[in-house]
Amino acid sequence: MELNHQRIDTQDDSFIQGVKDCVPTLLGYLSIGFAAGVVGNTSGMSVSEIALMSALLYAGSGQFIAAGMIAASSPISAIIFTIFFINIRHLLLSAAVAPHLKGLSSWKNLVIGSQLTDETFGVAMNHVASGKKLGYRWMLGLNITAYLNWLLATIAGGLLGKWIPHPEVYGLDFALPAMFIGLLVLQLHSSKKVLVPMIVALSSVLIVIGASYIFSGSMGVIIAAVISSTIGAVIQKWTSDGTS
Amino acid sequence: MDIRWNILIIIMGSALVTLIPRVLPLVVLSRFQLPNGLIRWLQHIPVAVMAALIAQELFIANGNFAFKQLEWLAALPTFAVAIFTRSLLGTVIVGLVSMMLLRWLF
Repeated sequence: MELNHQRIDTQDDSFIQGVKDCVPTLLGYLSIGFAAGVVGNTSGMSVSEIALMSALLYAGSGQFIAAGMIAASSPISAIIFTIFFINIRHLLLSAAVAPHLKGLSSWKNLVIGSQLTDETFGVAMNHVASGKKLGYRWMLGLNITAYLNWLLATIAGGLLGKWIPHPEVYGLDFALPAMFIGLLVLQLHSSKKVLVPMIVALSSVLIVIGASYIFSGSMGVIIAAVISSTIGAVIQKWTSDGTS
Repeated sequence: MDIRWNILIIIMGSALVTLIPRVLPLVVLSRFQLPNGLIRWLQHIPVAVMAALIAQELFIANGNFAFKQLEWLAALPTFAVAIFTRSLLGTVIVGLVSMMLLRWLF
């Protein structure tokens, strides 16, 4: 088993392997991207505007919110500020991948970071959790595949939006939580000690619920992630005396 | 290309404020040897963030606590498939089909 792992390690780093490891997320992205394109269309955005937004903003929840606020004729500053808040959780994702990309130049990390999403982050961290390293070409394969799929899906949604004004009827909106469920379970599966991550996950859920009484949804996610990770780190320190 | 000025400004502005938190920690932190405590903390971020995002989808509606029945019913088979098959694609497909059936039934 160990030997086998060693042998395929060099292959794991390739661009093509990154593309392959992205494939399981494509359907989920496709559904959500399509729905985002449809929502953009119904908010009055042109297909060019939808495509440009996907190419530059490249953030699912941000694009849904943007479409909603554009439809409601919200002020430009309010839209940008809201998207900033929704996407600020990327700070945590970006920090969490940093230790695994230490050898790379700042330029390469800039390229990788610019395409960081919840899903590609999940796939990358599962890659790490299963004992593999993150290579630059592998990350590029993963990120570019996800990026093109998202771009094409939103354009398709923008083009076909006229005929499918309510994509949620087909369950497309559930692709996102389903993907998060898959990524969480995979992450728990590959942890050596499952108890601490389970406690982290459970406290995160409880904190999101608790925080919803005080803060907005996206703020709740950040607060939950920060507090429950701290809980996890503290428990781990207690139980292992900091040797792990 | 039919791109209006106000939409262009929204896209550029939101892209910039999204790019900075995506890139900054990675570029800065990857240059240093981080203390063990911080690394241990960061190791929990993936599970914590995924769990929080799921909780938001299943428990929060319009910013308030809500038990979203349809989402919960769809989440049960989705979790089961994830646990027993460990297939990301299978999980998404079962999630989508479950939700489609539930929306069609109720």
